[in-house]
Amino acid sequence: MSEAYFRVESGALGPEENFLSLDDILMSHEKLPVRTETAMPRLGAFFLERSAGAETDNAVPQGLALLPRLECSGVTWFTAALTSQAQVIVTPQPPMWLGLQGSKLELPLWLAKGLFDNKRRILSVELPKIYQEGWRTVFSADANVVDLHKMGPHFYGFGSQLLHFDSPENADISQSLLQTFIGRFRRIMDSSQNAYNEDTSVLVARLDEMERGLFQTGQKGLNDFQCWEKGQASQITASNLVQNYKKRKFTDMED
Amino acid sequence: MFCEKAMELIRELHRAPEGQLPAFNEDGLRQVLEEMKALYEQNQSDVNEAKSGGRSDLIPTIKFRHCSLLRNRRCTVAYLYDRLLRIRALRWEYGSILPNALRFHMSAEEMEWFNNYKRSLATYMRSLGGDEGLDITQDVKPPKSLYIEVRCLKDYGEFEVDDGTSVLIYFVCLVETGFHRVSQDGLDLLTS
Repeated sequence: MSEAYFRVESGALGPEENFLSLDDILMSHEKLPVRTETAMPRLGAFFLERSAGAETDNAVPQGLALLPRLECSGVTWFTAALTSQAQVIVTPQPPMWLGLQGSKLELPLWLAKGLFDNKRRILSVELPKIYQEGWRTVFSADANVVDLHKMGPHFYGFGSQLLHFDSPENADISQSLLQTFIGRFRRIMDSSQNAYNEDTSVLVARLDEMERGLFQTGQKGLNDFQCWEKGQASQITASNLVQNYKKRKFTDMED
Repeated sequence: MFCEKAMELIRELHRAPEGQLPAFNEDGLRQVLEEMKALYEQNQSDVNEAKSGGRSDLIPTIKFRHCSLLRNRRCTVAYLYDRLLRIRALRWEYGSILPNALRFHMSAEEMEWFNNYKRSLATYMRSLGGDEGLDITQDVKPPKSLYIEVRCLKDYGEFEVDDGTSVLIYFVCLVETGFHRVSQDGLDLLTS
């Protein structure tokens, strides 16, 4: 099944993401804190059109306030608008966006990358907590105890792409990423090579996505080796893909 | 934030276990394209205004929408490309006749692509290995020889193989020393 399906690999650890890689797209959807340096008018415009008021050019329409955002599967912004006509509009979707000068926001990486430039005319980027000094010392103390999946499932990829933002701490960040990986690698390799035919969910629970990929590669190597030892390597067997489709057919019939 | 629908498409594909093809999300794709159209039109009018009316403060907004457009495009292209990779894998894992359930998961264009791919692959395979061609989808490793020698153990009667040559078959066993020589294709038929 996966033998014939070769998906596009992630390039996040290198200089640039791979355009077609699903992993990179998911990784670059993660958010980071930014500060806007300039106002962005009219991005609330299509929201205001639904009220009776005329379109305003002001970046800060009167009386607009941001309610705390709710974290669902993405970020949904709830905005209540009190226009001069005293209409209250609360829209859960699509997310309403508003650019105030000097405000702190969380933007996805792809947007931050697109709007960022050396002179920081539109926005300036702050480092997320886990790449800052405090957490870096935690990682250097003992990298193995940290739950990297909770910290942001794409810790290494996201961190590597953060280096694009020319922070003065770039050298420290990259060192920290490297040392964290070195500290954790041994355990990942050992567990992937020794867990044969058992439930590995406990082992992978605290790994980030890149480490999970490594773990699975290790498991595949182990399984292939065991297959070869048993002499199954040269037997013709039904492919996993076919078997999975047949299994699903059964459940359809049972419904 | 823009591009949420596009992300849904990506997540749907990412969730599907390795290599399996979910149904073609025509609705979702249409919504993404509509969002792109709206963004583009807004940007067009803002660009005109910025140029003629000297509204340079609109430039960050234009950039914002442009980033969203690029992102939507990336997600769409990656979605379609990954599906094609999966469909290609189906030819190699499943064979050239796909079950109906799978065919309903594909869009018309994907079906057409699949047929073209099948044809290219078939043409290539026919050009290999002597007169009959070689079915390389059976095994990634090349066979040691084009023919396998088989030895017959038990009388089964007459049997007609794929290419029309009828062969007297006995219960066969794969052994090096043999009397009959069967091509790879015939062998797979017999072992199934």
